[in-house]
Amino acid sequence: MSGCCDGNVERYKELQAYIDGLPDKKGRLIGVLHKAQGIFGYLPREVQEFIAGALGLSVAKVYGVVKFYSFFTMVPKGKFPISVCLGTACYVRGADDIVSEVEKILGITVGQVTPDGLFSLDTLRCVGACGLAPVMIVAGRVFGRMKPSDVEGIIAEYRAKAGDSEKDKACEGVCCHG
Amino acid sequence: MKGCAVMDKVKSLDDLRKMKAAMQNATELREKGQNIDKLIEVKVSMATCGIAAGARETMAAMMDEATKRGIKNIVFTQSGCMGYCHSEPTVTIVRPGEEPVTFGEVKGKRITEIFDSYILKGELVDGIIPLSSKSIHD
Amino acid sequence: MANVRMHVLVCGGTGCTSSRSLEIVDALRAEIKAQGLAEEVKVVIAGCFGFCEKGPIVKISPDNTFYVQVTPEDAKEIVAEHIVKGRKVSRLLYVDPKTTEHISDSKHMDFYKKQLRIALRNCGFLDPENIGEYIARDGYMALGKALFEMTPKEVVDEVKKSGLRGRGGGGFPTGLKWEIAASYKADQKYVICNADEGDPGAFMDRSVLEGDPHSIIEAMAICGYAIGASKGVVYIRAEYPLAVERLQKAIVAARETGLLGNNILGSDFSFDIDMYYGAGAFVCGEETALIRSLQSERGEPTSKPPFPAESGFWGKPSNVNNVETFANIPVIFLKGAEWFASIGTAKSKGTKVFALAGKVNNVGLVEVPMGTTLREVIFDIGGGIRNGKKFKAAQTGGPSGGCLTEKFLDTPIDYDNLIAAGSMMGSGGMIVLDEDDCMVNVAKFYLGFTVEESCGKCTPCRVGNKRMLEMLEKISEGKATEKDLGRLRELAGIIKDTSLCGLGQTAPNPVLSTLDNFYDEYLAHVRDKRCPAGKCKSLMQYVIDPAKCKGCTMCAKVCPAGAISGKVKEPHVINQDKCVKCGACFATCKFGAISKR
Repeated sequence: MSGCCDGNVERYKELQAYIDGLPDKKGRLIGVLHKAQGIFGYLPREVQEFIAGALGLSVAKVYGVVKFYSFFTMVPKGKFPISVCLGTACYVRGADDIVSEVEKILGITVGQVTPDGLFSLDTLRCVGACGLAPVMIVAGRVFGRMKPSDVEGIIAEYRAKAGDSEKDKACEGVCCHG
Repeated sequence: MKGCAVMDKVKSLDDLRKMKAAMQNATELREKGQNIDKLIEVKVSMATCGIAAGARETMAAMMDEATKRGIKNIVFTQSGCMGYCHSEPTVTIVRPGEEPVTFGEVKGKRITEIFDSYILKGELVDGIIPLSSKSIHD
Repeated sequence: MANVRMHVLVCGGTGCTSSRSLEIVDALRAEIKAQGLAEEVKVVIAGCFGFCEKGPIVKISPDNTFYVQVTPEDAKEIVAEHIVKGRKVSRLLYVDPKTTEHISDSKHMDFYKKQLRIALRNCGFLDPENIGEYIARDGYMALGKALFEMTPKEVVDEVKKSGLRGRGGGGFPTGLKWEIAASYKADQKYVICNADEGDPGAFMDRSVLEGDPHSIIEAMAICGYAIGASKGVVYIRAEYPLAVERLQKAIVAARETGLLGNNILGSDFSFDIDMYYGAGAFVCGEETALIRSLQSERGEPTSKPPFPAESGFWGKPSNVNNVETFANIPVIFLKGAEWFASIGTAKSKGTKVFALAGKVNNVGLVEVPMGTTLREVIFDIGGGIRNGKKFKAAQTGGPSGGCLTEKFLDTPIDYDNLIAAGSMMGSGGMIVLDEDDCMVNVAKFYLGFTVEESCGKCTPCRVGNKRMLEMLEKISEGKATEKDLGRLRELAGIIKDTSLCGLGQTAPNPVLSTLDNFYDEYLAHVRDKRCPAGKCKSLMQYVIDPAKCKGCTMCAKVCPAGAISGKVKEPHVINQDKCVKCGACFATCKFGAISKR
């Protein structure tokens, strides 16, 4: 996905600026990882090495923390990340059937990304919209009171959206802005 | 519309008491008069659950509706969650001098219905949520 | 057009509609129209009044008359007497069970309101992003009172006297905790707010942070004054972006207003708050793990003692309370410890917020005085079970708790009663289960959660829970024997006894509690290879009732496994060896001929 210009230099600069702005570096690793994941979308090995260097920690320490917390991911998310809530309220109202339906339609399992990079699937524990259980979130939009039969239509909607934006890109003809 | 934007510093307990009185008065003034008489307050419940159920869209649609109808004595604010997850989005409306009334599942056609009946004429519509809790002030 | 002078509110909650409340609406409308009053009197369907035991409810406003157990046949009398002549129909009024008097004005029958809002007092009533609205509702007055009228020791004593106990799960007395933290001498102490709400299915802390963030700031400052800390730390779930944003704004507003920072309200007391993000680890609800996470380490618990009160954040004395606990603090100072202690049961004071969810009609947050029964919460406030199904159990305490069965419906809810009943208060998730829920599956769900969330530090939790989960999987696949049930119980006991922290020590609870209360269901799985609720897919069979099957062939067409055969217009059959139990046929059949067995 690296286009005509490399946005990564900018991203590392932004991260460095954030780290430089910290009052002290003691005990700030998790905050820095949050920031880095916000900038890069995920935490690949190179980013972890960069952070270890900048904070004066061993890479093993950084990796240990990344692996411990489920919020941090070393795999990039799809363009439209899908999360299905598996909190108890959603679970007893059939959220596991929603997960299997998504898996069936996309041909991926939880934690994976589709080969075209459009969708990734994750589960999460309680978004707190229990009144709408079961709940599925696609690219930040919440779909409530889901039935397995609803999944196909929603995914098709986002596929169509992706198709449209591809066309837009072709029209723009200029490169991305990182 | 969100109250006073910049707060003065409170430097003593007395300052705090004065500010409390001022804030309470501000609400009363809004209701009783100065330039705007008979202000209708609309509070949209905007916690995660409400927003997931469409509270932002509801707020926007209600503001549009008020503009379209030229209603000027109306003020919109956000509030937290009252716990009625089963009926989100919920909206509480306070007509001047009346008890607050909470409406459930406020979206789409319900919005025009609420404007037609309750906001303009004080007539209730189906789907109001009775207050079923005591507060610490009772 | 004449103005409406009277509203008749009829309860349209599920409980009332099932006892014909919608017919009451029709009857009232017809009668009002017949009397020529349609212009002046309006009949409205309202939501649940939370008093389902006396439904259907009809309320008339503006005079606040509250009629109970109304039938459609009563409509005529209500209209003729009350609406036309202004005379109340006394036989339909609520009778106070204590005084046996008829109560006509619902203003005088607040006791039917089973909820009391202390922690949620401001949620939904003020704009969380406007500090002025909080101040208008007595905000920061409790802090003012503590700073100017009380010594730190008196503040601690007030909290002790109130009887407040930790709302995060354990139920440790808050005042005692403050007293211990206050007793240590140090150059720096910390007040820590645990806002890493991790129980899947509990969201009251999020609701408070989103709806009333200043109450937490005020309470933390009061705690800081009491224990001698000048720094506060909020450890908040990163998965709650709105709560993070609102709290952040509130902290900034409090600083700008001078309610955080140096010399608050002109006193000698200085206090400020910093926010730290969690990153999705349930174990970080345990206070020693939380503190390790605050220090940007892996959130693995350490053994106690030393307790955080002695050596916590960066080795300094720290007091950790959760959001709901803090939300109660200002009220204790505004209304007094005696008032607070007058609510609740002997050993559990005040209220508890529950996130009521699952198979219940009115899913939502409810706050009830301690001592309220499960029946009142589920059947009155919650409006009963969805789709008229049968109540099976209520799960409280999340992954650390257990299931409360029908026999506990009338037990007053408090910390000690729930533990005696084999569950626990926990942070307040209350998941209602009905006859369609398989208890083995529920136990498996919670254990699956713990296995995923175990930090891996100690063996009983890391390995033991995994083995238990495997046993449960074996049971739900019909591959286990009765002997396995004994082994399951034995292993559960060992894990409870030998795990390092609360997560491991309580992980077996959902298993033990379901084994105790639903042993028959486990037996059905292992002995008869049958899942009574029809949830466990490996044990379930879809079958076609030949009497109902019309031979439309729809099921055969949708079956992805080619397991259904039969001729057109003749009953079809499912080949159980081929069936993958996807349920497509079940969803497709228009004649209700396919059932789960």
